[in-house]
Amino acid sequence: WKKYWLLAPAPSSSARPPSLTTREPKACKALREEGVSVVLVNSNPATIMTDTDIADHVYIEPLTVEVIERIIAKERPQGILPTLGGQTGLNMAVALSDAGVLDRYNVRLLGTPLETIRKAEDREFFRNFLHDIGEPEPPNRTVNSMEEALAYREEMGLPLVVRPAYTLGGTGGGIANTQGEFEATVASGLASSPISQVLLERSLVGWKEIEYEVIRDGDDNCITVCNMENLDPMGAHTGDSIVVAPSQTLTDKEYQMLRSASLKIIRGLGIEGGCNIQMAEPDSPYYVIEVNPRVSRSSALASKATGYPIARVSAKIAVGKRLHEIPNAVTGKTGAAFEPALDYCVVKIPRWPFDKFPNGDRQITTQMKATGEVMAIDRSFEAALQKAIRSLEIEGMATDGHGEGPDTRNLMEPNDLRLWALMAALRRNTPPEELMGKTFIDPWFISAMQRIVNMERRLLGETLTPDLLYRAKRLGFSDRQVGTLADMLPEQVRNLRHDWNLRPVYKMVDTCAAEFEAVTPYYYSTYEEENEALPLPGKKAIVIGSGPIRIGQGIEFDYCSVHAAWALSQAGVSSVMINSNPETVSTDFDTSDRLYFEPLDEEAVRDIIDNETVDDVPPPSVVQFGGQTAINLSQGPGPRRSAYPGLQRRCH
Amino acid sequence: MGALATGHGEVVFNTSMTGYQEVLTDPSYAGQLVTLTYPLVGNYGINPQDFESAKIRVAGLIVREHCDRPSHGQSDRTLDEYLKAQNIPGICGVDTRAITRRLRQHGVMMGLLTTESPEAAVAQLAEMPRYDDQDLVRTVTTEAQYRWDGEPVTLEALPLTASGNISRPTLVVGSPGENSGETQEPRPRILVTDVGVKYNILRLLQERGCEVIAMPAATSAEDMLAMNPSGILLSPGPGDPQLLDYVVDNVRQVLGRVPVMGICLGHQLVARALGGQTYKLPFGHRGGNHPVQDMSSGRVYITAQNHGFAVDPDTLPAGLEVSHINLNDGTVEGTRHRDMPLFTIQYHSEASPGPRDNEYIFDQFLGMVKEFNH
Repeated sequence: WKKYWLLAPAPSSSARPPSLTTREPKACKALREEGVSVVLVNSNPATIMTDTDIADHVYIEPLTVEVIERIIAKERPQGILPTLGGQTGLNMAVALSDAGVLDRYNVRLLGTPLETIRKAEDREFFRNFLHDIGEPEPPNRTVNSMEEALAYREEMGLPLVVRPAYTLGGTGGGIANTQGEFEATVASGLASSPISQVLLERSLVGWKEIEYEVIRDGDDNCITVCNMENLDPMGAHTGDSIVVAPSQTLTDKEYQMLRSASLKIIRGLGIEGGCNIQMAEPDSPYYVIEVNPRVSRSSALASKATGYPIARVSAKIAVGKRLHEIPNAVTGKTGAAFEPALDYCVVKIPRWPFDKFPNGDRQITTQMKATGEVMAIDRSFEAALQKAIRSLEIEGMATDGHGEGPDTRNLMEPNDLRLWALMAALRRNTPPEELMGKTFIDPWFISAMQRIVNMERRLLGETLTPDLLYRAKRLGFSDRQVGTLADMLPEQVRNLRHDWNLRPVYKMVDTCAAEFEAVTPYYYSTYEEENEALPLPGKKAIVIGSGPIRIGQGIEFDYCSVHAAWALSQAGVSSVMINSNPETVSTDFDTSDRLYFEPLDEEAVRDIIDNETVDDVPPPSVVQFGGQTAINLSQGPGPRRSAYPGLQRRCH
Repeated sequence: MGALATGHGEVVFNTSMTGYQEVLTDPSYAGQLVTLTYPLVGNYGINPQDFESAKIRVAGLIVREHCDRPSHGQSDRTLDEYLKAQNIPGICGVDTRAITRRLRQHGVMMGLLTTESPEAAVAQLAEMPRYDDQDLVRTVTTEAQYRWDGEPVTLEALPLTASGNISRPTLVVGSPGENSGETQEPRPRILVTDVGVKYNILRLLQERGCEVIAMPAATSAEDMLAMNPSGILLSPGPGDPQLLDYVVDNVRQVLGRVPVMGICLGHQLVARALGGQTYKLPFGHRGGNHPVQDMSSGRVYITAQNHGFAVDPDTLPAGLEVSHINLNDGTVEGTRHRDMPLFTIQYHSEASPGPRDNEYIFDQFLGMVKEFNH
């Protein structure tokens, strides 16, 4: 037998998102299927992966070279797989190699070559690499004096990014928008650089940011899992951006141009496994801005957005499998060598902690501030966006308010309230063009927001008819939003909706846009004709998940929800999971017998209970594991409580 | 969405997430009502660069949602405007996933886009000619041969012939390499048999230094050989290859005498010319994500596909070998001849829309041309 060792990362933090912890369990399972013994090291007890049944041996230890060397000496693994543990995993692999540990114990590094790990963080290497393979990087010049700097400014114009050479964390640098700023920043940059050198780079703030998730196997076969378009243009950290999958505003030529570039990069880096590539595009040409030579934050999102199990496939590739030899667990028939075709739109919105820190600096920059994220799926962008907003579980922040909303003066600056400020501005009849000019958000997205506002106006002014309500539901309006606008209680809207026979249907996430029959029970709601999620037969129970990671409600509740689902299955009861958080194990399609990727609000949960109801008997719900989210759902006041006894019941 | 006209054809689905403009103008979709599985269509409008032929070829378009406010720097009109201008009907707001699932379960079927009552439509549909009985190549091929010198700047400005194709002056052709200057190597002259050619095939050949001449589908082998071609490319196109004996007979006569590459329908024509059989797939392959394995190297390529018929591997004549297979269903995706300078692919190396991973096939073709003419 072979023994591989999965290097797992440290506790969750903003820089080390919990999304990464969702991947190791899948990787462990994938490796063990290949007959590999897995030893896992992690210092975080609040994760599924440190359960004893995930790996063969689990060490809950600090991730230091000394500790890990001792474990290696004891376990004598043949290989080490660091690419699934985020940057911590990669850094540890480099440290172990530098300390001679890998050589001493003859441990092979799997996935990404050491050279690539070492150098991907090195801007100079990255520049040279891009140059060698003929991929464009943002225009830049290294200058040693103010005269040279001024000459470059004449050539390029402003804004320019100033990066002093050899300073920690870019001290003395910054973005210069005006002549005065430029001279001051260059002067301080030259002064703070030990070799009096600064790099001037064209600022891409305001450009379109597109990401590709790509996978390569040892035979040089490459595929792209999906691409994603950031609604927030360049300047906001992608973890703090609203992200849409697939891209919405690229022509096929542009889509394929960036796809080809991504494949060229992963081939050039020699990665075996997953990789994330970020690019900026105005219309064309484009610039490559970042490469993560490993499974990244965006990979978890891409996996959940497409149904394609990136971590699982990456782990299998690491132990020598080729893409077409790995079965596609979704269809059960086709292989992993294909590119998912989506027939829906996915929206991710970050969950920021400013509800707990109202006086915190809400400005969004290149350093990530979100603690978690939500994802929503629907057949239109508007509906996916509105469902994602519902999923955030931030009271009073839904787009249903017709009030003034936050100040629009700071729209240009990305912050956690920008989406609401945009909606408020549209309600005040600010021309969309003006908002596009201020924010650089693609007009396509602003137009969609305008359609939401137009529907708000219709709901305010017109008598509710079945047709109007159906249109509103197709744009993602919740019963509560409709009620606020049409002057009704949410419960009245719900009853009206049922009188008019307007109920959501559930469609499957199947990686192939229905081209092949799929076996995964992964669903989302939409208002359309055909319902694919017929009620599960037999004994079943609904497990209500814990939603986005936030202060006070971390990944530990997801751990609990997953165990609830497993316990149900073991007891012969089908488990039906509901959750809205892509960074979780509970939203893996093989954790439960059926997964609904839906907001955790009353409307969505009750609709699912209705959909799972057989012979007027609603399935019982498990609410005690989903943190405050699930408990709150079971504690609805008045009509909600009596309207849905199913939510009150506990599973036996 | 689209014109208030009646659209009649075979209902098929395409799973590409981008490239609706290329799909609309791809002649291989003639006689078909195309359902796009991606729900949001028209987001980047219609632009002057992404046409694959002179006009819309689909019989009708079926989408979940069309975008009436497209956003793209190159866009000069909306999808809806484009359809209306060419009198092509469309329908939006329908459950395209439900339609796709039905086609997957029952196979492709004839359909009608109409404003009439369902009863009247059903009656009308029964009267209409069936897709499989129509020679659609005649409706899309060029009437006269023409040299490709890059696409016209504004397609609308060009006069259209009765069949709706661009009318170009008939070409008088000398010997290859006439226009290439004295110091350069003569440009290979590639004849493209237009049974429904996409512009991107012509573009990619031209980019590779070829003199590219598109020929009407019914051009005789004699006439083609008289033009002294360095190679012949048999283009993709619509419909059942069984109805195309007038093309197949000419193809048979050029095989072995000139290097030949066949794409899609061209691939099926070659198989038939050598005695192989073709058959109809239940719901075809249409999309940009199909995995194809090269049997000789074991490598896997992601390909763009658009075909409803396939070559039956059990009927291939001696000498013609299966070179590529589709990993989803094991169907034949390419053949290679052991003795003749001849290979074919069922998928679209020209992409447009779709992944550009397979443009190397054109280099292989030109390598074969060079070797043969050496």
